[in-house]
Amino acid sequence: MKIINEVKFSMPSFSVNESVARAVVSSFLIQADPTVEELADIRTAVSEAVTNAVVHGYRHSSGKIELVVRILEGNIIYIKIKDKGCGIPDIEKAMQPLFTTAPEEERSGLGFSVMESFTDKLTVKSIVGKGTTIIMRKKLKNNE
Amino acid sequence: MNINIKSADGKATACLCGEIDHHNAKEIREELDRFILSSQPKELAIDFKEISFMDSSGIGLIMGRHKLITECGGKLIVKNPQLYIKRVLKLSGIERLVKITCDRL
Repeated sequence: MKIINEVKFSMPSFSVNESVARAVVSSFLIQADPTVEELADIRTAVSEAVTNAVVHGYRHSSGKIELVVRILEGNIIYIKIKDKGCGIPDIEKAMQPLFTTAPEEERSGLGFSVMESFTDKLTVKSIVGKGTTIIMRKKLKNNE
Repeated sequence: MNINIKSADGKATACLCGEIDHHNAKEIREELDRFILSSQPKELAIDFKEISFMDSSGIGLIMGRHKLITECGGKLIVKNPQLYIKRVLKLSGIERLVKITCDRL
């Protein structure tokens, strides 16, 4: 699918960068003319994915989180969020609503549920010891 | 994040202003817990009117305060969430545990 525009950036796995990721993605997507609701959905999904990398991927380490955001032909938004952290041993289990490995940090176990609900398609790839890649797609309904 | 707590006759309202994510949930949690433990309010309403963003970290925050205040014999209320925050709240099913209200404007 043809890429209309693209931004790539990476940042250290500091929790303060959760809001930085949201801000960069929001600014970049303004040109695609999303509705306020669509932009809120994407911001929330991005926040969940980046938080997962900070809290889980780099739980016992620190490293880079890479983001790729594309506006594709047909007003489809593509977002890839990649970490080189510890990886997820059982993706199916991790994606179950309310499942969390960090209850002491008051993690609700809803991160993947939010990503699934607020985007059209969610793909999670993970290798233990190598890292996790999350890809989300969302078609913007306006401006067609 | 700006937190302003007003209290009278055992009823308190905590007005939050800013964004709730994993990074700043800790600060909010600590301040609210300090207030709950020291004042033991019968009712604490967390006012979300000035919250412009919240992800699932906010659900953990509400659940945790609900648990603490219930143990202290009080109850928690969530007030004035904006439309986008309501969607996250709905997804979590938290309205089965915590009352969600809106002030008439």
